[in-house]
Amino acid sequence: MEKILFLASAYLLVWGLRLQSDPSSASRGNKLASIGMILAIFAAIIMPIEKSNSNLLWVIVPLSLSSIIGYLIAKNIKMTSMPQMVSIFNGLGGFSAVLLSYAELYKYIVYPENYDFSVVLVLILSLFIGSVAFTGSLLAFAKLDGYKWSEKLTLPSQHIINIILICVVIGLSFFFLQKAQIDYLFLIILVSFIYGVFFVAPIGGADMPVVISLLNSFTGITAALTGIIFGNIVMLLGGILVGAAGTILTILMCNAMNRSLLNVIVGGFSSSGSSAENHSHGDISEISESDFAVQLFYSNKVIIVPGYGLAVAQAQKICKEIQEVLEKNNVDVKYAIHPVAGRMPGHMNVLLAEADVDYSRLIELDQANEEFKSTDVAVIIGANDVVNPDAIDNSSSPLYGMPILKVWDSLSTVVLKRSMSAGYAGVQNPLFFKKNNKMYFGDAKESLQRLSSELKNL
Amino acid sequence: MNELISFLIENEVLIYLLLFTILLGFEVISKVPSVLHTPLMSGANAISGIVILGAIILIRTTESDNYLILFLSSIALFVGSINVFGGFFVTNRMLEMFNKKKKS
Repeated sequence: MEKILFLASAYLLVWGLRLQSDPSSASRGNKLASIGMILAIFAAIIMPIEKSNSNLLWVIVPLSLSSIIGYLIAKNIKMTSMPQMVSIFNGLGGFSAVLLSYAELYKYIVYPENYDFSVVLVLILSLFIGSVAFTGSLLAFAKLDGYKWSEKLTLPSQHIINIILICVVIGLSFFFLQKAQIDYLFLIILVSFIYGVFFVAPIGGADMPVVISLLNSFTGITAALTGIIFGNIVMLLGGILVGAAGTILTILMCNAMNRSLLNVIVGGFSSSGSSAENHSHGDISEISESDFAVQLFYSNKVIIVPGYGLAVAQAQKICKEIQEVLEKNNVDVKYAIHPVAGRMPGHMNVLLAEADVDYSRLIELDQANEEFKSTDVAVIIGANDVVNPDAIDNSSSPLYGMPILKVWDSLSTVVLKRSMSAGYAGVQNPLFFKKNNKMYFGDAKESLQRLSSELKNL
Repeated sequence: MNELISFLIENEVLIYLLLFTILLGFEVISKVPSVLHTPLMSGANAISGIVILGAIILIRTTESDNYLILFLSSIALFVGSINVFGGFFVTNRMLEMFNKKKKS
């Protein structure tokens, strides 16, 4: 019986995930996957086990408590807090794997006669990756939640410290494999926790999407490793699927920035960013809200390029309001979404969906670059590096080679920004000094509110 | 080293499965449109909570008076299944949001 359940659940998980890669079936896919998960849990509860002790209460109580808590969190969380929530959930998954590996390893300390070298090795590996995923996700959460934290934080000779930490973990594991002692175990966990913090610490800003998906794949890998220990194929399968999904997203994000994973992990654009000052900056021109409003109002086609600034200011609803006013006047409004805009993969899509923006209005990089040519005004809200022309024509720029949105192909561009400060990459953006570009300074939400009331008065 | 090799031989089927699943995983999820990146991530994240199966099995095989292990594994079950349930519910909420837009 439980074999059939596990089989069905494995099938549902794979098929559910498959459906989740297409917009029309994604919702069904998620439901199938969750049914698969429930079947697997049920199967694990009823499966006959040698030497089974009926500790059913220990299973039922945490399970029912957490389903209620999980539901409440999921129901009440704001869409803008989605990156934080994904990372905290991911941390919980990692922590669960840590506890589990610890409990399994503890059994070997109590009953050394059952000691099995390979099993212990796999468990330590799972313990290590789980710990890194746990503290890494917590730090990612803190960085995402407190805006100031998102500054990248690098210790001197960070890489050397990280390498030393890994060596310490390997050394401790070696000792533990020689002699199963609880002290070693605690130390391994402690050092892995510290490593997790150091792993995420230097990464920030625009690299957050990469980190989140990477941590996600770590949790998947630990799940798969514990699956090997428990000889449970569904765990192995589920874990690997998550690992693969996380890895694919990580690669996609890295490609979208034209950087290698190593480069992201090592942290920042620091090494080659010297060209920033070489530009003769020239003049920028500002636009008043009434001019801005008139310009938008009498356009045929407007493309909005949202970035992290929009998310921080939570300006997505007011953005939609402006869209509606403009559409009443027969202006074609679209949103150009860069793959790494925001702080997690697909961040902008979720925000705009929350504000009820129809997703046929959202266009991806290639299509957007086609459409800019026939656009009257491109409005850049709180985005910077993803619209930097240096990425195309300045080979000394650290951004050079990154696929970007060619907003300057439109007749004119307006950049909404809080100040002239550089973007995450720390380089100045020549777009701001182009002749057909205007700047509109201020917090994205307040600016858009002013603009919206101007538009309504027209 | 010998132990490692014998482990590999003992778990031959599992290792094969591991390799094929990795391929399957990449095949299943490649070419995701960026609209779905966030839901896919949170959905996959929920699936990674599958470690709780291990916690359930561990609880069921532990002696009823071994409170340390029982306690540890039920905490593991607790936090892991917050990840599972929360993840699925929130993914569902996000996807419904996308769907609603399509109908109107």
